[in-house]
Amino acid sequence: MKWDEFFVTGEPMIYGAMVSIVVASLAILIGLTYFKKWGYLWREWLTTVDHKRIGIMYIISALLMLFRGGVDGLLMRGQLSRPENGLLDAQHYNEIFTTHGVVMILFMAMPFIIGLMNVVVPLQIGARDVAFPRLNAVSFWLFFAGAMLFNISFVIGGSPDAGWTAYFPLASIEFSPTVGNNYYSIALQIAGIGTLMTGINFIVTILKMRAKGMTLMKMPMFTWSVLITCVIILFAFPVLTVALALMMFDRLFGSQFFTMANGGMDMLWANLFWVWGHPEVYIVILPAFGIYSEIISTFSRKNLYGYKSMVWSMVVISLLSFVVWAHHFYTMGHGAMVNGVFSITTMAIAVPTGVKIFNWLFTMHKGKIEFTTPMLYALAFIPIFTIGGVTGVMLAMASADYQYHNTMFLVAHFHYVLIPGTVFAVIAGFYYWFPKLFGFRLNERQGKLAFWTIAISFNVTFLPLFFLGLNGMTRRMYTYSESTGYGPLNLIASIGAVGLAIGFIILVYNIYWSFRYAPRDTTGDPWNARTLEWSTHSPVPEYNFAIEPTVTGLDPFWEAKKGGHKLYQGKLEEIHMPNNSGQPVILAILFFFWGFFMVFSWWTPAIISGIGILIMLAVRSFERDHGRHIPVKEIQETESRLRGEQV
Amino acid sequence: MKLDNTLPLEYRSEENSNRILGFWMFLGAEIVLFSTLFAVYFALWNRTGNGPGGHEIFEIGPVLIETFVLLTSSFTIGLVINSMRLGLKKPALLFFGITLVLGLVFLGVEIMEFVTYVHEGATLQTSAFLSSLFVLLGTHGLHVTLGLLWGGGLLLQIKKEGFTLDTSNKTFIFSLYWHFLDVVWIFIFSFVYLKGMM
Repeated sequence: MKWDEFFVTGEPMIYGAMVSIVVASLAILIGLTYFKKWGYLWREWLTTVDHKRIGIMYIISALLMLFRGGVDGLLMRGQLSRPENGLLDAQHYNEIFTTHGVVMILFMAMPFIIGLMNVVVPLQIGARDVAFPRLNAVSFWLFFAGAMLFNISFVIGGSPDAGWTAYFPLASIEFSPTVGNNYYSIALQIAGIGTLMTGINFIVTILKMRAKGMTLMKMPMFTWSVLITCVIILFAFPVLTVALALMMFDRLFGSQFFTMANGGMDMLWANLFWVWGHPEVYIVILPAFGIYSEIISTFSRKNLYGYKSMVWSMVVISLLSFVVWAHHFYTMGHGAMVNGVFSITTMAIAVPTGVKIFNWLFTMHKGKIEFTTPMLYALAFIPIFTIGGVTGVMLAMASADYQYHNTMFLVAHFHYVLIPGTVFAVIAGFYYWFPKLFGFRLNERQGKLAFWTIAISFNVTFLPLFFLGLNGMTRRMYTYSESTGYGPLNLIASIGAVGLAIGFIILVYNIYWSFRYAPRDTTGDPWNARTLEWSTHSPVPEYNFAIEPTVTGLDPFWEAKKGGHKLYQGKLEEIHMPNNSGQPVILAILFFFWGFFMVFSWWTPAIISGIGILIMLAVRSFERDHGRHIPVKEIQETESRLRGEQV
Repeated sequence: MKLDNTLPLEYRSEENSNRILGFWMFLGAEIVLFSTLFAVYFALWNRTGNGPGGHEIFEIGPVLIETFVLLTSSFTIGLVINSMRLGLKKPALLFFGITLVLGLVFLGVEIMEFVTYVHEGATLQTSAFLSSLFVLLGTHGLHVTLGLLWGGGLLLQIKKEGFTLDTSNKTFIFSLYWHFLDVVWIFIFSFVYLKGMM
């Protein structure tokens, strides 16, 4: 392979990206050395097994990926802003919409949600950490290795270009001969293993580590949503594992799974992909529902309306999520009977979802609503998501779908569910739980400004796409002629996209400003909230709770504040905590290199890295690390320091 | 550490029982993984292209040997757990060793089987049927291989430390894994080989 095939060449934008990557990396390296922060970084972050810190690292990575995916989106909108535009060529446009989809779903939405899960779930159930803290670190680092491997593709070797769905035969070696889709199959595989481990970890944590008295039906709604999500992860992700492995075999070893000759079946890929892909949609939406449930209940000063129906509707959604996958390809020829069945199951999902919408509305009914930033996102979510949902029911009708299929109408639909559903939720959750992690609230005025900018720009960007789609503009089209008449609406959408970018810049500035100037919160409960995580200090000490809480009902902290019962019964005892470890990050680095060598079919170094991975697993097996104990005296000192007393 | 002495050693601490539950969850994921591979196989099994079909390449001899040694190894890993519960280190080591040797024999026969197929012109690249056959069997074989490495390491740990909270927990989990591979093999034996030879 020649150097000009190894690096992507001939594109001024890519050269710019290369330069900025090198400059940014150098700046980080020099900065860390100059401020002597290498030791701090290694001890406190890279080797940590603390669920709160792992959560923070997930969220930071997700914000970085939001930037990456956002730039992709802006480039697409820039290209489409006027007819016959020459900003991107067809190949570059293909790569950009592919990476935009993959990055936003798998490396932005998922890690953001998993980050919030990490931060919140152990606190909400009154636990001191997750069931397997070391495995949790492995999960994070595998996700990170996968994300980095995927991201270097655009400067080294070329990005995948067959859409985020990577349909065959387009994604086969015959029609996509660059290494781009090798990156897709291997980077997603590495990140996917991490996600599966997270699923297992949180199922065990939630089932086995809840506070005394917290039965399943007394769990906070966010924890419920995470439990159900993790069950979906457990049953959906192995399908992706297989699909990606078969893709890798087809592309690297010449097998015939999805080929056009020798018996291969290209539709097999579409089926496998969506058997994972549709549950994946619910993996990113159910935790969002959980976040909204917490926020709406807190800021309406009421308990959640219809708790049991909320739980059951999520269970029903999770079951239905596995039997709707074929609605993604009604038009690909599987007959009226199959289309009919999948139409009905798809429309059925609207029922439990509608139940949840009404429950949120009834929670607010007669409540004392407080319009904080997180609450604003929750309020905007309900109508916008309903538009997304209703257009989803339109798409669910198989015969009508022949009209909408693969048009901008579809693009508008899924942005109308994913952005208010997932993105608004994670931002709302970020604002809501931020003071728990850092001990101060993000500035509300700037937060609301960012909210209004984002919410309005979102509609300006995506509402026109419904009409463009109905007028016949197909998705993934890199340009269009003036005679189509798509120009004006596309221009409006592109202006909206700039507005979205401005909104996110305000959001980032809000974080920066608040770090410097926001007043510190000393109560640990800045929102006057209801669940256990608010009953401990902010920022949370590493052991979370000095005494493990005892719970008697729903909203235990709210009841305790009203004087109902005592959360912390018993006396201080020494606390057993896990030790930090450098093994997860080393393992992930080896996975990164293994993946990189596999992408380029460099077998010898790939085998060496593979053996390295096995050695790391053996090291872990032979290790005997039983953690450490925090003595009572140290806990007392920490507690009084956090209460603001002089020690 | 809180220990509940009414439970067997491998369940006794909270971490231990969490690990066992976690591994059951992992096996749930493994069931989905193999179910997907079986689904792929069933979708492709008669799409042989220009290559041979199952009845032309399958031979009952090696398959029966594989089945016999793997089922026996499942029995011997059960004996390991039984000895462990009785606190008998030496028999446990002996049965563990036998389990791994049987696993190795299985793997050897499977590799020879693969070599035969390739010599007969039935390779991964020949047809969709053969691709799915090799990947289904290969995934099972890879699991056995990893199990052998894992079990080998575990054997050394038991030899050195005897049965502690750690090693008993690991051994029990390993036995769950090994039984699972046996269950998968029963499906492969029935639905790949027997069905294919009919």
